[in-house]
Amino acid sequence: MTTAAMAETLIYSRPEALRPVHTHYCPGCTHGVAHRLIAEVIDEMGIREMTIGVAPVGCSVFAYNYFDFDFAEAAHGRAPAMATGIKRVSPGKIVFTYQGDGDLAAIGMSEIMHVAGRGENITTIFINNAIYGMTSGQMAPTTLPGQKTTSTPLGRDVEVHGFPLKMCEILSQMEGAAYIVRRSLHDPANIRKAKKALRQAFEVQRQGLGFAMVELLSSCPTNWGIPAEAALHWIEEHMIPAYPLGDYKVHPAIAEKVGG
Amino acid sequence: MAKELLEGNVAFAEAAVRAGCEAYFGYPITPQTEALEHMARRMPELGRVFLQAESEVAAVNMVYGAACAGVRVMTSSSSPGVSLMMEGLSYIAGSEVPVVLVDVMRGGPGLGNIAPSQGDYNQMVKGGGHGDYRPIVLAPATVQELIDLTYQAFDLAEKYRCIVVILADGSLGQIMEPAEMPPMRPVRKAEDRPAWALTGAHARKPNIISSIYIDPVEEEKFNLVLMQKMARIEANEVRYKELLLEDAEIAVVAFGTAGRIAQSAIKAAREEGIKVGLLRPVSLYPYPYERVRELSRKVKSILVLEMNGGQMVDDVKMAVEGRVPVRFYGRMGGMVPLPDEVLDEIRALHAQRAPVPTGGAR
Amino acid sequence: MAKGRIEVNDLYCKGCGLCLTVCPKQVIAIDHDRLTPKGYHPAMLADPEGACTGCAICAVICPDAAITVYRLTPAPERAGVAA
Repeated sequence: MTTAAMAETLIYSRPEALRPVHTHYCPGCTHGVAHRLIAEVIDEMGIREMTIGVAPVGCSVFAYNYFDFDFAEAAHGRAPAMATGIKRVSPGKIVFTYQGDGDLAAIGMSEIMHVAGRGENITTIFINNAIYGMTSGQMAPTTLPGQKTTSTPLGRDVEVHGFPLKMCEILSQMEGAAYIVRRSLHDPANIRKAKKALRQAFEVQRQGLGFAMVELLSSCPTNWGIPAEAALHWIEEHMIPAYPLGDYKVHPAIAEKVGG
Repeated sequence: MAKELLEGNVAFAEAAVRAGCEAYFGYPITPQTEALEHMARRMPELGRVFLQAESEVAAVNMVYGAACAGVRVMTSSSSPGVSLMMEGLSYIAGSEVPVVLVDVMRGGPGLGNIAPSQGDYNQMVKGGGHGDYRPIVLAPATVQELIDLTYQAFDLAEKYRCIVVILADGSLGQIMEPAEMPPMRPVRKAEDRPAWALTGAHARKPNIISSIYIDPVEEEKFNLVLMQKMARIEANEVRYKELLLEDAEIAVVAFGTAGRIAQSAIKAAREEGIKVGLLRPVSLYPYPYERVRELSRKVKSILVLEMNGGQMVDDVKMAVEGRVPVRFYGRMGGMVPLPDEVLDEIRALHAQRAPVPTGGAR
Repeated sequence: MAKGRIEVNDLYCKGCGLCLTVCPKQVIAIDHDRLTPKGYHPAMLADPEGACTGCAICAVICPDAAITVYRLTPAPERAGVAA
């Protein structure tokens, strides 16, 4: 082959919707993957200038420092209510919440149930890593039975603390929910599927079909006490059996377009 | 405009509509639910936003979101519901977005009852939520004043980028009186929303609205900004009304409905030759300390009348600085003091009789 | 000659090592001789035999969007990262 026939093509570079800053997330934490995918989707949809994000309380409390668009900081659990206020008075904007398992399924349970119930036209990205990260490793509503955390040092005892909450299963019961899916960030193939789901979840909002949520099974190497690569395997071995991946609700208007 | 017979709750809701309120988020709670019901009908009629939230916690956070998006937004509630809003109010204050809240106070503490009370004075006037901030707090005594203060509240909230609380009580919410509605103001256009608002980062740098300042150095700087704002509010927004104080030997200090009741008692006392007058603070924050201080140099004694166990009385004592005796009379739990009881207190103060420790005297 | 190459940006890389674990050609290594401004040992392309294909799987897993991927192609085609 001659050199004239070969060109160096840029295949992948960092998305524009991510600010050019170092993040505070632990090395190997899949929050970073989720942020990157959201930024890629926003770039590809060309919606950066009309997007407003709502950050939670948790490890991603500073998410607004990492994305290059308008952002609000909510009180713990209240992001869906804040997003409702923003979206109702700015119906032409794209409004999303980004929430962890404590934010969404513990203190924010009422707020997330009611945005799904109302069919609020917003998108929620739910980072489920079965533990409380920011406060250094306590039990979350999604912590698995037997899982050791700082508030369940002998392992989660269902007799005392009850059972994990499966949010996709719960929210998909709501008529107002248009797109409720669970994906995982534990390997490249699943990360690609997760990105498709995120794209779909934002399209659902753009088409005004109702509430969309993508639950992303994520790792917390630091508080699980294992290295980053092992943490990804832990998702596959332990979390997926408890939180099966799949599409829990898909609005008929997009049903044909939805791939895996 | 002609006077109409208006119920307090409906009146303040309609006054907000006329002031250009673009969104209302609330939750039913007696004795102010009529306001939510009025908004439920009026706002969609005018193409504006109404939503009944799932709780007061959700309602105040919806208000927070809409305020971040740069619209004129309000909520209303009553004492137990306002307690649920305290977290949201602290976040709103820490984000400097303008919000209007109407608190129609009822008997407490706890679930209490639905009768009128002034038991939220400390909660609202001293901030309520955690941290160093104070909302502007205005206390109407008539339906007309409730209308006028609500109508001004949105401009005031935007002028200072703060919370404005209209502190009413259950009787004012439920009473029907002749009053005039102000004219309808146009709603602000979307393109005229403030430059700091979250409207989508089109042709500008992104806006971030947050109340976190993780570095204590920055947090203190921000708190100093809030302090300076409060100093400007204190310099400019004191409001009060007076009656018969020019030659008064006794000053009654009372706000809201208590002020109105005191008025009747004062007129009766004057007929008995007692030189008594009324100072009725309308702004509870900023409190008219200077006026109270002035009065304490002229009068022989002060009677504070409240529908609580003694909350505003502390602010009065602070301004009086021990110059003259301050006597407190209050009824609690939704009991409304009658003019006769207040007249007895005025007579007792006049005769320098010691307070009787029953009812609500302190 | 390698069909592809990557650049790892020191500003973002935290040396988490996930890219190493997914590279099908195993041409990524941790550079123990350098530190990023934040004090991490960053990942680097270690491809003496020119095996990198520019598949961009490393960029798919990177939590810090630290990796830029290039490919030498006769006709440019989009890599699998853009879904």
